[in-house]
Amino acid sequence: MTTAPTTPRITDIGPPHYEKFLPPLVKKNYGKWKYHEVLAPGVLCHVAESGDRLYTVRAATPRLMGVKTLRHFADLADKYCGGYIRFTSRNNIEFLLENPNNIEPLKRELVELGFPVGGTANSLSNIVHTQGWIHCHSAATDASGIVKAVMDPLYERFTHQDLPAKLRIALACCLNMCGAVHCSDIAILGIHRLPPKINHTLLPKVCEVPTLIASCPTGAIRPATVEGKPSVELVEEQCMFCGNCYTVCPAMPMNDPENDGLSIWVGGKVSNARSAPKFSKLAIPFLPNNPPRWPEVVDAVVKIVDVYAKHAHKYERVGEWIDRIGWPRFFQLTGFEFTRYHIDDFKHAGLTYARSAHIKY
Amino acid sequence: MADATNGKPKTELLDELEKGPWPSFVREIKSAAETSEKAAGLLQQLELSYQEKKGHWKHGGMVGVLGYGGGVIGRYSDVAAEIPSVAHFHTMRVNHPAGWFYTSDALRKICDIWERHGSGLTNMHGSTGDIILLGTTTDQLEPTFQELAQNGFDLGGSGSAMRTPSCCVGMARCEWACYDAMKLCYDLTMAYQDELHRPAFPYKFKIKCAACPNDCVASVARADLSIIGTWRDDIQVDDAEVANYAAAGVDIQKEVCDLCPSKSMGWDGKRLTIENRECVHCMHCINVLGKALRPGKERGAVVLIGAKAPIMQGALLSSVLVPFVPAEELLDTLKELLKRIWDFWDEYGNNRERVGELIQRVGLPAFLDGIGLDPVPEMVSAPRDNPYIFFETAKGGAK
Repeated sequence: MTTAPTTPRITDIGPPHYEKFLPPLVKKNYGKWKYHEVLAPGVLCHVAESGDRLYTVRAATPRLMGVKTLRHFADLADKYCGGYIRFTSRNNIEFLLENPNNIEPLKRELVELGFPVGGTANSLSNIVHTQGWIHCHSAATDASGIVKAVMDPLYERFTHQDLPAKLRIALACCLNMCGAVHCSDIAILGIHRLPPKINHTLLPKVCEVPTLIASCPTGAIRPATVEGKPSVELVEEQCMFCGNCYTVCPAMPMNDPENDGLSIWVGGKVSNARSAPKFSKLAIPFLPNNPPRWPEVVDAVVKIVDVYAKHAHKYERVGEWIDRIGWPRFFQLTGFEFTRYHIDDFKHAGLTYARSAHIKY
Repeated sequence: MADATNGKPKTELLDELEKGPWPSFVREIKSAAETSEKAAGLLQQLELSYQEKKGHWKHGGMVGVLGYGGGVIGRYSDVAAEIPSVAHFHTMRVNHPAGWFYTSDALRKICDIWERHGSGLTNMHGSTGDIILLGTTTDQLEPTFQELAQNGFDLGGSGSAMRTPSCCVGMARCEWACYDAMKLCYDLTMAYQDELHRPAFPYKFKIKCAACPNDCVASVARADLSIIGTWRDDIQVDDAEVANYAAAGVDIQKEVCDLCPSKSMGWDGKRLTIENRECVHCMHCINVLGKALRPGKERGAVVLIGAKAPIMQGALLSSVLVPFVPAEELLDTLKELLKRIWDFWDEYGNNRERVGELIQRVGLPAFLDGIGLDPVPEMVSAPRDNPYIFFETAKGGAK
């Protein structure tokens, strides 16, 4: 057998250096930008100390993209901006232009291809989300499908800038929250509502019992011998359906088509502007998992956006608006039912109990 | 299983999601399915999930490339008998370039590689920041990896490892960048290639670099180590531009001064005054009056620690570890801090315990002792309000 000369195996080179991918105008003015203006929804103009102007056209993507679409974007970048392109932290794509005359033709082509231009200033930006049924084993629901269903009626909230402040929606298909939705203006969260079903035959073969026991935040999982083999038992009243046991042990499946569903959370933010970053809080504990259009989820999110748009003051994020009007009024304005599930009973629960006589009547 | 017509499986439920104005992921999968059996299989399995309201991916699976402990997420279908093309459908995480900048050539190169070796479907990008290449078989992992490497790309993190660091656009296109976030992100990524590719930690560790307090990469919510740019001298004010804003109809009192969280701004109808000692560096006034106000010149970052999503003991936001590090000292300071943090976490962290949860369990004071940092009042919103103090006792008496 002859040994073919092989190229040496390459490892640990890290990502390409970003400088290779920066447009010349960006390189020239790196760290020397003076200010920016929003020329239109989805169009920014950054002005450098040197007087140079860089125009950005931002469009939404579905995040899940085939190579054909990416090649379309590459072609547009070649045609309009020297082949330079970037993506944002919210799954938008940005074209960085030197020539302002290219803005309108590029916008037209993007919209014709089905990619809306917008997501800047006081608008709803793209939804950040997780994999859902496309690629995850622990998903309580799909992700891309709900995003599409929610954004269809909210399309104009992306292409217009007429909200009180910027609005950020995120979706995670289970409590693992790969999408870290816990600090979003509106968060859509997939949830389980039944305890795991223990597969005692499979468990001793594929799971480490001590790791499994340690995985439960409430200590609901205890060692047990079942038919002479090591397994576990579950104190069902202590289960809050987080799914962490399933993450470490495939013999604890939780998926249940009828009982899995969605919860809606509001009022979180990550920016430090005005108020400190804060968590989203529970608005609706359960909505049914209803593909392909999830009408109950769509109605709830659209309702929150509409009520917020109507009632919030300029520059108030959802959480800041609710802080001002108070939670009783939020539930009154949205018509959402306040239930026992809204009152925290996990760790540090007392911190959210009202500890004053400050009540609006 | 959906019936096939004209050789294509019926996808009545997913077809619904091709309608409407928002970009459709179903259209993307269908387009990939024209040339990829794997993408066609995904479409078929997803339709089944929509019919049955449940996922069809089996639990995990350990696959990877030679010498790495991460970067690939193993995925196997539980309906492989009916849809053999998705029997294996592994994901590769590819470390994105800082700031998510690309040239069209680099983007095409990734497309070419992925079309040859995988489903042709991607996420641009995953939640942590990586380029996500969705759907390939075990035998294709190593060839894909080596082709990517020959073209300058490497895999990102997964499992109990340092995860791919990410950053905002920073100095490349933002006037508010208080430090060079792209450079710091790149330098940290390169410094810790081993920690990124070979999981050796109790659990995952995420780093995010946000160049100003607007925090466009959500570092305070999503990173074990959050590096948020700020300044500590006076906000730079251009009085003439403030006057222009006022003349153009901006209500400076109502939209700027009244919304200042520390009420440190005044407006007499002509001139904006700032009590800079009281400024908490929130960015609101600068966001509103971008042409008139700019962060100060003495720039650097606040370093915060411990954010995470709910699993297991509840979600955490990062909290202040170092109130200010000058921009030019950031890389060295962070390397020293990371060394001490990772040593302590290695020693005391439980399996699958994020550093934030370790701090919750042992207390911030013990953590500070462990990493050799002095306590400062910026670390808390208020001192404790309970008298249950663990006084250090030495040789039988209180110190």
